[in-house]
Amino acid sequence: MRRLLLAILLSLVSAMAFADTGPDKLADPALEARAVALQKQLRCLVCQGQSLDESNAPLAADLRRLIRARIAAGDSDEQVEHYLVARYGDFILMKPPLEPLTYLLWFGPLGVLLIGGAAVALVIARARMRLDPGDR
Amino acid sequence: MTGEIGQLALCLALALSAVMAVAGLLGARANAGQSRAVASSTAMGLLVFVALAFGSLIYAFVTSDFSIATVYQNSHTLKPLIYKITGVWGNHEGSMVLWVFVLAIYSGIMAFAQRGGERLTSAALGVQGLLAFAFLLFILFTSNPFLRLDPPPFEGLGLNPLLQDPGLAMHPPMLYVGYVGLSASFSYSAAALITGEANAAWARAARPFMLFAWIALTLGITLGSWWAYYVLGWGGFWFWDPVENAALMPWLIATALLHSALATERTGAFRSWTLLLAILGFSLSLIGTFLVRSGVLSSVHAFANDPERGVFILGMLVTAIGSALALFAWRAPQLQSGTAFDIASKETTLLLNNVLLSAAAATVFIGTLYPLLLDALTGEKISVGPPYFALTFAPLFVVLILLVPFGPRLGWRKGDWREALLVLRPALGVAAVAAVLVFAIATPHSLVAAGAFALAAWTIAAAIVDLVRRGDLRALPASAYASALAHAGLGITLMGIAGTTMWRSEGLELLKPGQTMPIAGYTLRLDGVEMVQGPNYEAERADIAVFSNGRAIAVMHPEKRDYPAEGQATTDTAIRTTGFSDLYLALGDQRDGGWVLRAYVSPLAPFIWFGGVFMALGGLASLWGRLRRRAVPLEQLAAAE
Repeated sequence: MRRLLLAILLSLVSAMAFADTGPDKLADPALEARAVALQKQLRCLVCQGQSLDESNAPLAADLRRLIRARIAAGDSDEQVEHYLVARYGDFILMKPPLEPLTYLLWFGPLGVLLIGGAAVALVIARARMRLDPGDR
Repeated sequence: MTGEIGQLALCLALALSAVMAVAGLLGARANAGQSRAVASSTAMGLLVFVALAFGSLIYAFVTSDFSIATVYQNSHTLKPLIYKITGVWGNHEGSMVLWVFVLAIYSGIMAFAQRGGERLTSAALGVQGLLAFAFLLFILFTSNPFLRLDPPPFEGLGLNPLLQDPGLAMHPPMLYVGYVGLSASFSYSAAALITGEANAAWARAARPFMLFAWIALTLGITLGSWWAYYVLGWGGFWFWDPVENAALMPWLIATALLHSALATERTGAFRSWTLLLAILGFSLSLIGTFLVRSGVLSSVHAFANDPERGVFILGMLVTAIGSALALFAWRAPQLQSGTAFDIASKETTLLLNNVLLSAAAATVFIGTLYPLLLDALTGEKISVGPPYFALTFAPLFVVLILLVPFGPRLGWRKGDWREALLVLRPALGVAAVAAVLVFAIATPHSLVAAGAFALAAWTIAAAIVDLVRRGDLRALPASAYASALAHAGLGITLMGIAGTTMWRSEGLELLKPGQTMPIAGYTLRLDGVEMVQGPNYEAERADIAVFSNGRAIAVMHPEKRDYPAEGQATTDTAIRTTGFSDLYLALGDQRDGGWVLRAYVSPLAPFIWFGGVFMALGGLASLWGRLRRRAVPLEQLAAAE
């Protein structure tokens, strides 16, 4: 799993070499909790697979400050998200939006399960027919 | 000189693999004993020459022979010996040689053991030969590890410091033993389709290889997750990163395969489905190799600009998977299984296991490849992160874990689910108690946490009940222990995941020497930070005094390391574990005369990896039982069919 690594690494290494900008918390614990919850749902744009919450990259630190600034200014969570999506696109959302282009992404797994389930039901029904009538 | 020996060995191995492929496939005919002998001996020859090439590369790394480009790019004279050796597979070229080396070892064992009869073994060796040929061709033409530099540089560029870690020394070989091990069951399946001998003997021949690969894959993933946890510095253990998913998909299918093959071995049921899973498992290994090796993950466009390696692997992948599936479509319909079983039976639970695990693998597959496909087709960029998998993957596993305890308790052909439920009543009781306790005691009160712990308790308690109800524990067959250990492991891992996800405390403070921060009942005091000299790095090492109830209980030393040769910095976390909970510290940067300290208290975190070890132990128990039972003659099994 050199592979596993390489990808994480490439991103992390770059992230780790930079400064951890440290805590810039909001004074109000309720607002700070909202900021933390939000930054867990948003993606570090320059890393691979890390959320804003986990990343040490400078851009992630800037965005964490930006989120706090918007929250302190009275934005709702949705408004902060819209603001960031407008600037950086859907890429910033850890949870992809549900829209025609992502229907296959969201409903594909269910489709596989339904088809698989139907096939299994058929196999079981046929196997049961082969049992001796007394055993059914 | 070593470079030339290695190069020559690779070329000879390529020639041998071609002979092995042809001879092996010709040996599938009835009167071709000579071809079969050639296939077996070339398999041994292949192993010798690939080992020689791999050995030369290790020698070049150990002696820091910078006239070889791979060594120059990935090593350094100051690196400790162990990381000079592990640096061999810490890069693309070397890891591909390791890949082929593992393939050659499996082929050698297949040729030596001759399980499942001469014709089957020969055809399987033929398929192994084809795979080895393709990968050796790939190495020699696009990824040659022995290319020379003239003039040779005096010093190497070093190895990524994050890879200079003991956990990571073992992780890639372990994972490759798993990944590539699936080639053996793939080859046996293709061989069974070619010879038409897809019977219980075939399933018996392939099973030890499946089991061994599955154990290695389980341990490899566990090790990788643990490594990420303690090295990356923010206490996470799984990121749904495409590179992780590349290993998870084959594991899910291999798990389904192990269960489906149980039925095939026993009653000949689900033959074609078992064949298909064996083909899919290794196909996913190949797809994982493509994803990671082609560069397509970092950017679809980077792949398009420098497509040589990617196109080669893609070609190989399409050819291997395509021809195996075509072979399957052509030959599988001739396999009539026609077994009879009732709705309440072990067969049904195995089928449900298979459909849920396959759907889970499909979910990971879709979630991993969809963003790449969407980007390539429309230029639209999306991220598929943990929230997606929490909504799609997790529900499948919840249903799976609910059903797991019934499998071992239902009989073949016709079981009694009422009786199974009656036997499992104590486990139901334990689950209910766990749910109530967790909901009442743990804060915040959470139904999700209660549900997760009820599920975990259900599987663990059911595994114990299952063992106890079978009678004398010393007289039980290894297979009983196998399923109990593996299923309990699943519950243990679930407890770990639920504990850390729901109850992890996080702290992030800027501390000046002498200042303290509280976290989950502990008080941490920064006593100072000193510079420490490592073999090939300099570190800032913090002294953190840990207090609990006003009493000093430990001093911990998180570090920030700077590797001058590589020009990179890493965090070296300090973890204090009780086995039930981790106190986890990571040192950040210096700022305003203080230091940024990240602290986590992760309840039950160690359970995540304990569970993985339990699952692997279950696999080992099954393997042990299997190899001991080998004395049963095949004819007897054929008669039972």
